[in-house]
Amino acid sequence: MAILVTPETKVLVQGITGSFGARHARLSLEYGTSVVAGVTPGKGGQMFDGKVPIFDTVAEAVKETGATASAVFVPPAFAADAILEGVDAGLDLVVCITEGIPVNDMVKVKRAMEGRKTRLIGPNCPGIVTPGDGKDSHGGCRIGIAPGYIHRKGHIGVVSRSGTLTYEAVWQLTCRGVGQSTCVGIGGDPVNGTSHLDVLKMFNDDPDTHGIILIGEIGGSAEEEAAEWVRQHCKKPVAGFIAGATAPPGRRMGHAGAIVSGGKGTAKAKIEAFKAAGIGVAETPSEMADTLLRMM
Amino acid sequence: MNIHEFQARQLLAQSGVAVPPGDVCDTPERAKAIAEKLLADGAKLLVIKSQIHSGGRGKGVFKNGYKGGVKLCKTADEAFEIARAMLGNVLVTKQTGAEGRLVSKLLVALAPQIEKELYLAVLLDRSVSRPVIMASTEGGMDIEEVAAKTPEKIVREHVDPAVGLMPFQARKLASALGLGGELMNPAVKLISGIYRAWWENDASLVEINPLCIVRGEDDKRALLPVDAKISVDDNALYRHPEIQAMRDLAEEAPLEIEASKHSLNYIKLDGNIACLVNGAGLAMATMDIIQHYGGMPANFLDVGGGASKEQVTAAFRIILQDPNVKGILVNIFGGIMDCDVIATGIVAAVKETGLKLPLVVRLEGNNVQAGKQTLSAAGLSLIPADSMADAAQKVVRAVSEQAKR
Repeated sequence: MAILVTPETKVLVQGITGSFGARHARLSLEYGTSVVAGVTPGKGGQMFDGKVPIFDTVAEAVKETGATASAVFVPPAFAADAILEGVDAGLDLVVCITEGIPVNDMVKVKRAMEGRKTRLIGPNCPGIVTPGDGKDSHGGCRIGIAPGYIHRKGHIGVVSRSGTLTYEAVWQLTCRGVGQSTCVGIGGDPVNGTSHLDVLKMFNDDPDTHGIILIGEIGGSAEEEAAEWVRQHCKKPVAGFIAGATAPPGRRMGHAGAIVSGGKGTAKAKIEAFKAAGIGVAETPSEMADTLLRMM
Repeated sequence: MNIHEFQARQLLAQSGVAVPPGDVCDTPERAKAIAEKLLADGAKLLVIKSQIHSGGRGKGVFKNGYKGGVKLCKTADEAFEIARAMLGNVLVTKQTGAEGRLVSKLLVALAPQIEKELYLAVLLDRSVSRPVIMASTEGGMDIEEVAAKTPEKIVREHVDPAVGLMPFQARKLASALGLGGELMNPAVKLISGIYRAWWENDASLVEINPLCIVRGEDDKRALLPVDAKISVDDNALYRHPEIQAMRDLAEEAPLEIEASKHSLNYIKLDGNIACLVNGAGLAMATMDIIQHYGGMPANFLDVGGGASKEQVTAAFRIILQDPNVKGILVNIFGGIMDCDVIATGIVAAVKETGLKLPLVVRLEGNNVQAGKQTLSAAGLSLIPADSMADAAQKVVRAVSEQAKR
């Protein structure tokens, strides 16, 4: 098993004809992911790369192909609409890669998703990878923009806000011969669909995940909430790293949500919460994998 | 994006919030004219406020020795003199740092007779993904201090984005602020207007501190925002061209403006080791690891997930304009992007800028062997590194050795 997606998951790509969406749809296909449909309003009936049918609406794509998950690559101004179209079509999972969505659009999206079955990952995230059995983890499910080949099938769950910092952790594991169950990038925006805590709970319940790397960064209090839950409920070893200890207060560090404001969201407070919860804290980002492996 | 107080007043007024009469000016003559008009309209006391993006302006000191970036006066001639002292001079406050900010605009406004100072703000509560209105009877103070010392004096009301702020919620807040009786209905109008200004302008913060109970000429009590701060969500600026036009480049660091032209995310810091990284999380982590090994990062710089050769070259040019920089660490995890493209960019940048400083490069990921080959074939005196820890240690050592020489 794994969490959220398996190699069998049928994926559609919203915005498959844009340059970014097309590039990553191709990379997912090469990785062996079953990308079964694309959606671009106005291009229904065409084929993507001669093998993936394009539909005008998500509902049609779901009906015709049985897709249950979506990757959203549409521009920021249209992303809220694209996410809610996926929700309306009854998808299990919508992964929104788009960066730069207005915060109030996401406030509305989260409100509209209340009581619906769809889970949203992101926005402004690298997506999800459940590695496959093949060479360089080929044959897995890749939704988003992560490099597939750095993964290896195994039993460590990785959850992080950041893309490249996730790749760094995954690569450290893979280089040590340790594989991953699923790697989830939840995104760097202040309002996102799925929190560190949500993913931790899934990893905790997944029999195939034996240890967890939890990567946080300055801003908000999601890491503290996750740590408190780990302290009380988590049955598996968790190692973590918090980025941004050197970031000056009041400045946004690239990610819209990565800001220390009003004395809240500091790396220090998050690291203390991790330590209090028994989470192994990596002293430097170079030691994320080793910190976890020492605990296992 | 932050805007000036006089701009915040404009946005509030557009949302139906009454603000004290006044206007913005950039010459002492114009300040005098505004003052004359306000006095003719019945104002007894005026306030002249430096327009810079900073709190603590009242207690600030100008570099020419003039004390106070906010001044009260009673005549148009005084207004002229105050404006002459402030305009064109640099104001240093506790928030600006020692370099201060040039004051080129002043707000001249009626200073009402204040009976009581309150606090009101609208912002996003990230933990519930909803807007929250924060109010307190402790106005005029630093709200973080109030939150730390007397948290019970702050009330919060969350807003359901599906229905917006309901009048009963505004009444609840008004009641908590002690705004009963004849002030109840004006308070509801004001709070609703402030919330509307937050939501309709895609603000990330609207802060009214102080919100004042004032006594008017007719001896009637009224509510007026005496100071206003608004920050707007950068991601939403595309749908607010009128707010985008309020951007004041004089308030931003020149290197950060230059970086934004190349879609680079650069923030200048105080250290001497520059870093160039792809991805915000990895960029923060790179700064952290430099400090862990005893160095100090000179900047945050995220070249983005798919950096081009041109962007890497631009990034080097920007980094090298910071005179504090004594060494550079490049940390690239090329997941999808080709490490060889980055390597080509580094070689071009080093040649173009004639770089003499120690340069440590850590490349990892897609096509990394070709990238490393490109770097070594170029015959540059750069220092290759294998991991983040290795890279950070090497750059810290190179910079300290260079300092000894």
